Amino acid sequence: MSDTPSRRMNMIEAINSAMDVAMTRDADVVVFGEDVGFFGGVFRATAGLQQKFGKTRSFDTPITECGIIGVAVGMAAYGLRPIPEIQFADYIYPALDQLVSEAARIRYRSAGQWHMPITVRSPFGGGIFGGQTHSQSPESIFTHVSGLKTVIPSTPYDAKGLLLAAIEDNDPVLFFEPKRIYNGPFDGHYDRPVQPWAKHPASEVPEGHYTIPLGKAALVREGQDLTVITYGTMVHVGLAAIEELGVDADVIDLRTLVPLDIETIEASVKKTGRCVIIHEATRTSGFGAELAAQIQERCFYHLEAPIERVTGFDTPYPHSLEWAYFPGPVRIGMAIEKVMKD
Amino acid sequence: MNDSRGRNRPPLSLHIPEPPARPGEEADFSHIQVTPAGVTPRPDSFAAAHDLRDMAFGLVRVLDDAGQAVGPWDPRLSPDVLRTMLRDMALTRAFDNRMFRAQRQGKTSFYMKCTGEEAVAVAQTHALDREDMCFPSYRQQGILITRGHPLVGMINQIYSNKGDTLKGRQLPIMYSSPEYGFFTVSGNLTTQLPQAVGWAMASASKGDSRIAAAWCGEGSTAEGDFHAAMTFATVYRAPVIINVVNNQWAISSFAGFAGGEATTFAARAIGYGIAGLRVDGNDALAVYAATAWAAERARTNNGPTLIEHFTYRAEGHSTSDDPSAYRSADEGVKWPLGDPIARLKAHLITIGEWDEDRHAAMDLELAESVKAAQKEAEKNGILGHGLHQPFETMFEDVFEEMPPHLKEQQAQMLAERMRKWPNGGQGPR
Repeated sequence: MSDTPSRRMNMIEAINSAMDVAMTRDADVVVFGEDVGFFGGVFRATAGLQQKFGKTRSFDTPITECGIIGVAVGMAAYGLRPIPEIQFADYIYPALDQLVSEAARIRYRSAGQWHMPITVRSPFGGGIFGGQTHSQSPESIFTHVSGLKTVIPSTPYDAKGLLLAAIEDNDPVLFFEPKRIYNGPFDGHYDRPVQPWAKHPASEVPEGHYTIPLGKAALVREGQDLTVITYGTMVHVGLAAIEELGVDADVIDLRTLVPLDIETIEASVKKTGRCVIIHEATRTSGFGAELAAQIQERCFYHLEAPIERVTGFDTPYPHSLEWAYFPGPVRIGMAIEKVMKD
Repeated sequence: MNDSRGRNRPPLSLHIPEPPARPGEEADFSHIQVTPAGVTPRPDSFAAAHDLRDMAFGLVRVLDDAGQAVGPWDPRLSPDVLRTMLRDMALTRAFDNRMFRAQRQGKTSFYMKCTGEEAVAVAQTHALDREDMCFPSYRQQGILITRGHPLVGMINQIYSNKGDTLKGRQLPIMYSSPEYGFFTVSGNLTTQLPQAVGWAMASASKGDSRIAAAWCGEGSTAEGDFHAAMTFATVYRAPVIINVVNNQWAISSFAGFAGGEATTFAARAIGYGIAGLRVDGNDALAVYAATAWAAERARTNNGPTLIEHFTYRAEGHSTSDDPSAYRSADEGVKWPLGDPIARLKAHLITIGEWDEDRHAAMDLELAESVKAAQKEAEKNGILGHGLHQPFETMFEDVFEEMPPHLKEQQAQMLAERMRKWPNGGQGPR
């Protein structure tokens, strides 16, 4: 916890504050990406950084994600600590070779001669009528790759602390920002008014430096009947669904997918004997599959019911039918009923 | 499906490129225009890119058929430097020959020679500063040799033995050495180009004076990374030299499959507003001069240069292919630009600074030094014969700190080895 004064921030402001703090503390930290510099990013996450730190430390790039990450690798090899932004996670695929074959492997293939302290920031997830090219959740593509860490915050406070930890980490980190909750938490009821972050306790964010360690989950609600494991936007959707159903659940916000805090998961599932995993990403080979496999390996004899996964469907993210696709309160409720039945 | 029927339109036809000669046919290089040495002009290194367009279609050549260095690109190097360059190229070739044979003897899995292309890496390294950063492809072993990297260390890497500083993790010849300014070689082609541009951008943003150089083949200019690198290089005027080694063949695909029938690879520079030079890659003096020109351009904040090195891959792509299965057998001897070592040797003899006896003695001495280095490296083992890195190192360097899931998997692997080798010992594999 930082000793500096705190103030109310939404998630964008917290992310911006993290980069501001990191750039102030370390002259080797640079941020760049499409529309990142003068304009400050399409979501305003880098607003003011070019004006404060100059054009060589916060700048716009050509529209080539392969180039953005490739250049970040070269800068890291030089000794900088780059924070490239991929404007939407849906656009990250042209950068896959540079992430998977290069950034993730350079420490290993050079036996530690070089390392890649790169933090790739990218807004991800749907619920904003973004259609299939502005809504995807590709995290499990990256959790499948050795040498990459994957971090997903769910509150402004966590976003700043995790982002600072990611920037200071000496390995490449995918930092996926749930853009549906940039401006306020979301209970999954798209037909209700949006709540601002100001009413949420985790919007009180220190202005100075603090970190939240990577690889540590947060038990955001304690209960006895059931374990809900989730991350990002779905933390809030899951919490709301539990209250509405009146079940008494542990809710685990993973915060980091790799490295995974399996100890927290194991302790909770052994306590409750029932488990529902929620993510917005598509179902097949999603991160929920990995969680379910690890839980049955460790907790099989404690389980009272099969593990349930609540996920997006295995279709592209549809535009007009977004809320039929989104794993909202109804789908979560059906899974919880099923897992609580026996 | 044939929509042209019944209409007054000619049927379309699809062009599939075909090299001039295939196995059993006589090599045909009649399509190659060889500019005489000395005639290509040498613009100022600060000239605007749009004033350099002709350079992308010419051919910078210094050494003429009589062994003389002629024209404005002659770098006027001292005989000592010329002899060192000759020696570095000859050592590279001797090393390649020995390591190729080692692979055939089963001492390692794989090898790649750069025969016929030695001038590219060797002469370029002479023209660069020792502190400049190289982002090579897999055929620039000449950089390490020219910078004096110990051969034993290179052979340890090729054998993936217990002396390998890369812990036996990389395919042979994918060297890595920060001390020698040589970035870790990737098997994924052309990824090193945007990386070199990023390194150069970092150097410029820090007010450093070092520049970067990167290499790829003509075939892999088709990769998106090439175009990303060119775009970033021109946008930020990065102090970088991007080298396209056009050795005519990408495994079995001739340069036509990368667009070589339509234009030169140096001409790729024009669309990006980058300086582009096309150089006789078998002329060590031309390669040196072009590199020095590009380095001066980069060092004076005049931006990047693309250099196409026009050369010929005299042998197979690697130990895994047989070129007689896809190209004419006599291409090597008919290649119109000759052999880089023979040409520099002839030049030194012509100017009275070298002779056949000294050359033969040098070759013998270099072969002996490679043999001695090989013997030394073999004390650390050869691939698959037990003297590898300790098993547990497999899990090191995935991350800076080993996370719990890797510790678990490491313990499992060690238990497996214990079951396979209950009496201890590292075992052959």
